[in-house]
Formats: sequence, C-alpha cells, structure tokens
Amino acid sequence: MKVLVPIKRVIDYNVKARVKADNSDVDLTNVKMAMNPFCEIAVEEAIRLKEAGSATEVIAVSIGDKACQEQLRTALALGADKAIHIETDATLESLHVAKLLAKLVEQENPELVILGKQSIDADNNQTGQMLGALTKRGQGTFASKLVIEGSNAVVTREVDGGLQTVSLALPAIVTTDLRLNEPRYATLPNIMKAKRKPLDVIAADSLGVDLTPRVELVRVDEPAKREAGVIVESVEELVTKLKTEAKVIS
Amino acid sequence: MSVLVIAEHENGVLKPETAKVITAAVKIGGDVDVLVAGSNVAAAADSVAGIAGVTSVKLVDDANFEHQLAENTADLVVELAGGYSHILASASTTGKNILPRVAALLDKSQISEIIDVVDADTFKRPIYAGNAIATVKSLESQKVITVRASAFDAAGEQGPVSVESLSNGAANSLSRFVGVEQTESERPELTAAPVIISGGRGMQNGDNFALLNGVADKLGAAIGASRAAVDAGFVPNDMQVGQTGKIVAPDLYIAVGISGAIQHLAGMKDSKVIVAINKDPEAPIFQVADYGLVADLFDVLPELEQAL
Ligand SMILES: Cc1cc2nc3c(=O)[nH]c(=O)nc-3n(C[C@H](O)[C@H](O)[C@H](O)COP(=O)(O)OP(=O)(O)OC[C@H]3O[C@@H](n4cnc5c(N)ncnc54)[C@H](O)[C@@H]3O)c2cc1C
Repeated sequence: MKVLVPIKRVIDYNVKARVKADNSDVDLTNVKMAMNPFCEIAVEEAIRLKEAGSATEVIAVSIGDKACQEQLRTALALGADKAIHIETDATLESLHVAKLLAKLVEQENPELVILGKQSIDADNNQTGQMLGALTKRGQGTFASKLVIEGSNAVVTREVDGGLQTVSLALPAIVTTDLRLNEPRYATLPNIMKAKRKPLDVIAADSLGVDLTPRVELVRVDEPAKREAGVIVESVEELVTKLKTEAKVIS
Repeated sequence: MSVLVIAEHENGVLKPETAKVITAAVKIGGDVDVLVAGSNVAAAADSVAGIAGVTSVKLVDDANFEHQLAENTADLVVELAGGYSHILASASTTGKNILPRVAALLDKSQISEIIDVVDADTFKRPIYAGNAIATVKSLESQKVITVRASAFDAAGEQGPVSVESLSNGAANSLSRFVGVEQTESERPELTAAPVIISGGRGMQNGDNFALLNGVADKLGAAIGASRAAVDAGFVPNDMQVGQTGKIVAPDLYIAVGISGAIQHLAGMKDSKVIVAINKDPEAPIFQVADYGLVADLFDVLPELEQAL
C-alpha cells in the first residue's frame, strides 16, 4: 500500500502571529517556521503503517515556494521514502491545494492519503474533504485511530458528541486529529540520511490547475483586546465580585 | 439572493447551533431555506420551521442519512444547491466534515468559520488561532461558508412555515458507519452553556475532575478541559476547548489549572467574563482573565463550592 502525505510549512505553533502595521496581512518576516503540527501527526501515522507492514511506500508532498523543501527534508528524516515538491509562489486556497493534490493522486495512485485536519495558520479545515470529493474517495476526518483491515480503513473520529467510527473502502482519505499519535523526533543520523533521499520538484503550472484567486483578502486586524483584569485575594472576594460587579452569577 | 442552511441535529433533536447559523443567514439577506437531512428527523424539521427568519424547510428523512456521513450528504446538498447564492453550515465537526466536500463538488472555494457578515460577499474570520481577524471577500458566484455559532446570537421564534418533504435515497458506497461512543452527561452542552468551568493539567488526574462537579452543580455549568487534560486521559475528547476543540463564548468561563496557551485561548477568549485559578502568578491565562486568583486549586475548589 502506497501512502501519500501532504504537508504544509507554517508558523511555529509556539509563535504568536502579529498583524502588519498596514493591516494587509500577518507579518511572517523572520518568524520561525515549522511543519504544521497536524501534518507531523500524518507523517508519523504513515511511518507507523510502514513499520507495521501495511504500507510499502510513504511519499511526502508539499506545495509552496522553495522554502517548503525544508519541511520535506524533515519528513524524509522522520522516515518518508520520497518527497515531491510542487513549486509555486502563488498564494493558494484550500481548493487549489486539493486540486493540485488530486492531480498527484492521479499520477501516483496512493491507496491512502493522510493529511492534517487543518493548518494552524489559515485554520481552514478543508483540504482533505475537498480531496475526497475530487478523487471520489471516502473520507475519515479528525482521526484519533486508524486501522487497516483488508481493503478497508477503519477510522475513529473525534466528533463534537464523542467518538464516531467509520469504515472506508480503500482507496481513501484520512485527516488527523491531535490524539492519533505522538510524533517522533528526527535523529541526527536520519537527518543525514534524508539528504540522500529523492526529492522531486514539479512546477505547479505543469499540472494544469487554474490557480486564480477566488477569495480576496481585504484586510487583517488584531482581535479585540481584553481589558486588563484584577487579581483577587480570596475566594470570598471572587464570589462577591462575580455577583455584584460582573453580575454573571446570582 | 437566497441562502440554504444545513441544519444540525443529534438523535432527532435540533441542535442550538442551527438557530445561530440562521442569524448569520438572515444577515446575508434574501430567503433562508433550511435542509434537515437525517433519519427520523421530522421533529427537528418542525423545530426549524418555528425559527424566525426561515422561509421554508426541506426535509429529507431517509435511513441513508442516519449518521450524516459526508459522502452521500454532500451529494445530497449538491443536488439541492442549484439557485442558492449561499450555502451555510455550522462549523461543528459535522459541518466541517460535509461542507468542504460540497464546496469542491461545486468547484467553489469555501470560507470557514465566519464570525461576522460584513455584506453578502464579505466576511470576517479568525486566522492563526484567533491572533488575527481576516476580512475576506468571496469572488465566487455561489458561496460556501461555515459559521462559528458562538459568534452569533440565536434567532428568535416565528409562527411555523411549511416543511417540504423530499425523497432522496442517495446511498453511500465509500464509507460505512461502524459505531459511536457518545459521552453521556446531565450537564448542559459546552457550546450552549452560559457558564463553563474547565480543568487543565493542574487537575493531576481524572478523579480530581470531581472537584469541578460541585462548583458546576451550583452554577448549572458545563465542564470543559484543556488539551493537556484530554491527552493525559483525564477526560474525553469532546470536552476539549480551544483552537482545535470547541469554541465557546459563555457569560462566565472559569479556567482551573490551565496555563493559557494560545491554542486554548483561541477557544474561550470571547467569553464575557473570564476567571483564572492558577498557582503560578506568571501563567499567561491571567493576561486574559477579568478576575485572577493565584492559589492552589485543591484549596480553592472546595471553598468555592461552599461559597456559592
Ligand atoms: C496544533 C495544536 C493544537 C492545540 N490545540 C489545543 C486546544 O484546542 N485546546 C487546548 O487547550 N490546547 C491545545 N493545544 C495545546 C496547548 O499548546 C497547551 O499545551 C495546552 O493547552 C496546555 O494545557 P494546560 O494549560 O492544561 O497544561 P499546562 O500548560 O501544563 O498548564 C498547567 C497549569 O496548571 C497550573 N497548576 C498546576 N498545579 C496547580 C495547582 N495545584 N493549583 C493551581 N494551578 C495549578 C500550572 O501553574 C500551569 O499553569 C494545542 C497544541 C497544538 C500544537
């Protein structure tokens, strides 16, 4: 079974994004970048499938400018066999990404595509589901457990009311939630080895997908600031303040 | 203009998110039709018919939609989508699962988790865990949108409009429902509760969450948790509040033994009043708290229960 893992380069999750002074966007100059945490979980799951003998090959793919090769090297160091960089400088929406990935799925024909459920920059939570639609495959989103049973992928999903389990006919699409696994760290020898693993570059333009923007970013603002609060000295004072000042309890 | 809203329901009962999504739909303007798709959901459709602003209700009551799986539900929505300028669903796990599939089938770029309607084409949505608010304008002829329910008030009531029954038996050959583990609780739902008390890693174990029960009982509160508390297995996943859990905005949010990581704040910082109880005076949660109490939670919780 071939597994394709799309990954995204994003702001490091420990860094708080700042808005540009001209309100045109978020300022990412000199900001620490990393692999999107949900994509790390996707890479880890694919590698575990390979270690367990259910996957034969793990291919990592990233779409973006040259810099995302850094994250592809990380994926290779973690255990992916091969990487594909779909190169473009365009700002892409989830639909564009899903369309480019659908082209790659056509070429590579993986039985399983594992993606992060959302990227922590745009917070869209769309790409996996869109890829499912475009490739006419079943989808197991927000996965906290994935088991391959013959020609099916059995996925336990984190849903608002608890956990739901679905069985998908392979080939299928899975998106990861936080509790699917705990990603490993790349070891130094594996980082060195990764430098010799294949990383192919494909120009996004060559895939025949129309990348014209369909959503315009009008402006970006800081969220409303909360007024500074007070430190209370005791439970008694807290309860009094909640009753008489904030009036949220009676 | 006309808006199609996908209703959210569970066990045949309409979920409160729907009335909030309808508020967003009314703000967009035009007719508001609501699709109720599921199995044994006639009562949910009747509830929708009485929500102010709804023009008509479309009911698809069919065993094929019992679990609202994305694959055939998306096909159904696409079939009914013709003529609508906007298609809206709640940014719940159900809406997030289905709507992007709909969008791709319609060849439309989706706008996720809007918190405000500026005009029929322009919306506000949080990005970067809520550290920035983007104003985006959709250039699509048909707009596919999920709505952050906590950002909108619930629409009121009206004399019921008509419910139109449609037959559609679209089967699903791609995925099959296997089972569900539903968390049973007597408490109000997190996304609907006026008061929430949440516990973090500071609670130390699952048993200690019982300390929150007493306070929650007195306040009629729902109980939430941080990711760390869920990851450690103290409580189930559906209690997680945050960027990747539930987004809440109650009148009162009490954070107990929670440090206040940006991902947690993303899920609760729009609460009206925030209380933080933490023994570390430097904990970032105090920067967003209206009232902070620097103390050991194991002393505070029994005292708080007494004082209420
Ligand atoms: C991609 C991604 C998504 C995430 N999504 C979410 C999300 O949706 N929701 C979420 O919550 N987190 C999320 N996180 C995790 C987040 O970054 C933090 O790790 C998490 O919120 C920490 O939980 P905590 O505050 O309970 O634990 P900690 O940060 O360990 O804080 C525990 C706090 O308890 C206090 N404490 C300990 N003992 C006591 C005591 N006896 N009395 C009083 N106070 C005490 C400590 O002082 C400390 O401040 C996400 C992370 C990533 C990378």
